[in-house]
Amino acid sequence: MSVLISHQPRRGPRSILPWLAAPALVVFVGFAVIPLVGVFALSFTTWDGIGGIHPSGLTSWRAVLTDPGLPHALGVTFLVMAVSWAVQTPLSILLGTFMAGRQRYRAVLGVVYFVPLMLSSAAIALAYKALLDPNFGLGAGLKIQVLSQDWLGRPGLAFAVVVFVVSWQFIPFHSLIYQGGVQQIPKSLYEAAQLDGAGRIRQFFSITLPQLKYTIITSSTLMVVGSLTFFDLIFILTEGGPGDATRVLALDMYKRGFQASLMGPASAIAVILVLVGLALALLLRRLGGRDAGASQLEGA
Amino acid sequence: MEIHLSRRTLLGLAAGVPVSAALAACGSSGPGTGGGATYWYLNGQPQEGVRAGAVDAFNKAHPEEQIKDTTFQNDAYKTKIKTAIGAGRAPTVIWGWGGGTLRSYVKAGQVEDLTPFFDEHPEAKKRLLPSSFDAATVDGKIYAMPGETVQPIILYYNRKVFDRVGVEPPKSWDDIMALVPRFNAKGIAPFALGGQSRWTNMMWLEFLFDRIGGPEVFQAVIDGEKNAWSNPRAITALTKVQELVEADGFIKGFSSITADSNADQALLYTGRAAMMLHGAWSYGIQQARGGDFVPGGGLGYMNFPPVEGGKGDPGNTVGNPAQYLSLSSKAGSEQKKTAREFFAKGVLQDAEVKKWIDNGSVPIRLGTEKLLAAAKNAEFLQFTYDIATKAEVFVQSWDQALSPTAAETLLDNIVKLFQLSVSPKQFADNLNAVTGT
Repeated sequence: MSVLISHQPRRGPRSILPWLAAPALVVFVGFAVIPLVGVFALSFTTWDGIGGIHPSGLTSWRAVLTDPGLPHALGVTFLVMAVSWAVQTPLSILLGTFMAGRQRYRAVLGVVYFVPLMLSSAAIALAYKALLDPNFGLGAGLKIQVLSQDWLGRPGLAFAVVVFVVSWQFIPFHSLIYQGGVQQIPKSLYEAAQLDGAGRIRQFFSITLPQLKYTIITSSTLMVVGSLTFFDLIFILTEGGPGDATRVLALDMYKRGFQASLMGPASAIAVILVLVGLALALLLRRLGGRDAGASQLEGA
Repeated sequence: MEIHLSRRTLLGLAAGVPVSAALAACGSSGPGTGGGATYWYLNGQPQEGVRAGAVDAFNKAHPEEQIKDTTFQNDAYKTKIKTAIGAGRAPTVIWGWGGGTLRSYVKAGQVEDLTPFFDEHPEAKKRLLPSSFDAATVDGKIYAMPGETVQPIILYYNRKVFDRVGVEPPKSWDDIMALVPRFNAKGIAPFALGGQSRWTNMMWLEFLFDRIGGPEVFQAVIDGEKNAWSNPRAITALTKVQELVEADGFIKGFSSITADSNADQALLYTGRAAMMLHGAWSYGIQQARGGDFVPGGGLGYMNFPPVEGGKGDPGNTVGNPAQYLSLSSKAGSEQKKTAREFFAKGVLQDAEVKKWIDNGSVPIRLGTEKLLAAAKNAEFLQFTYDIATKAEVFVQSWDQALSPTAAETLLDNIVKLFQLSVSPKQFADNLNAVTGT
């Protein structure tokens, strides 16, 4: 803060700018940076969450890195990330392009698509859990054999359900991003294409998709980094089960920390989670190219 | 007095208030020095009503000493209470199951030694079942006030389903295995099970270990003996439970059913499952939710049957010897005083005892035989009372008896055992690694 105060003597609208950033900075430091440092420090200790905190060097790290549960949880996390990205991205682009049209019925449908985003993850998970219950759920109630599978009780099915529910919840959000992206594309591009005789499909692949490049990167970054923190939904739907079929890294961290009272190893996993998230975000920025700020209209 | 507020101060206040409010909202009602005592316990009827009733009665009788109660769902509470205690925001009165978890509180100095309290109030101790104090005692000192009810695990069955299929309740493990195909052939699940809650599966192992190997097999685990889980009789028990899973002994989809939703019990009283292994508290739930099922005599119950060639006494039982109220050492002196008063004059008073009995539970208070015999659920109550008082050995629920860390590994591996994704030997190896010394 002392740095900020040194700007004070300067007059004019510039001097107020750092202050405008202050609330965000306070929240970021308070809720992200300080806990992060705390977690890093905790990962070198032994603590059961109740008693005293005892420094123990690399014990927690050794325990976590040699546990076969870690590569498994990492694998599940990346699989959820990849599959849910592959499901969400094409659907979101198509829905977003559709909603970007000016017709009124599209606007109405756009509002309907938006509904899942307004529900809390916990509510969504509880609702799906009840619907998918093999004995009292939708399938059993309507006596439809196909629907009365053991949805959350078989490893493969449970995984598919998790991806489905995640997609159901987040496709509206990404559609919205793509809708905005599509509406930014200058009309003149489409008009020129029409004059050249390009059909709708050709226009989509030759104009819309290339023009959405940076929107895709933004949306993918949100999806990929966001999928690292999936917790509430999976916790309520399957609790990581059956067995450990849907135990993602964030859930593994919670279970170790708060159920098994092993705060040291849980903190080590938290640090791994942060590192993986940062690496992925950087990678995606790289994919966007160094000139991410440059005009998207070049060569169009 | 005149207060001068500049615009800057006002703006500062406006900016600061939401942040501090948000920060304050992060913690639940913590200890604090003033105000009344706080008390957290489990929700879910009918038990919740009895707990709330005891608090209300105490508050009415003691206008100057108030207790504020908050309720939580079972599985969520187990994490919440640990976090709260670790953060120094524990309620004054900590509801729990005693055993290994209580031991971890004691080791961290988070709960008060109540031995002096019981020396001062011998009548508070003398009126309770002596066996209820075992799980409250750590290294010879009492750290919790036993309360509520004794809850052995019971084998429930649906009499109507048994009649329809034309079979008799099992008298041995072989009978159980013989019944499984009979029910499956009629499209009825032999056993209901809320497998996602994990401790529900554990009850099966608790009984099989005891019936096959006697109580000493699990006692060796508690005592920290090396490779205690690899005892051949333990392996037999683990193998038997997998045989039952392989024979489709449990309801389809059991690994995604939670006990907190009471779906496992609904399966029994709606006749979609024939039997269920569950705690004594389940009787009250089925009575409250099953409509005509319990009053109409549909619910049968028995102790877990013996296993052929097993060493254990078939009179033994497992479960919760009582529930436990501990006193947070971080509470203020006023709050502690109120809590002690509650332990002495608020716990298991006549009105609460009567409510437990009406719900089909046996309170741990002594001298209730007459009340039990006169209650509308007299038969079941007598059955529970006999099991609890006559059992040679009352094994405390494993996940409560062990340390939280060992319990978590145990529960995780039990789920895998029921999923058939680990063999009995792998199960034993995984657990030897955390419980052996």
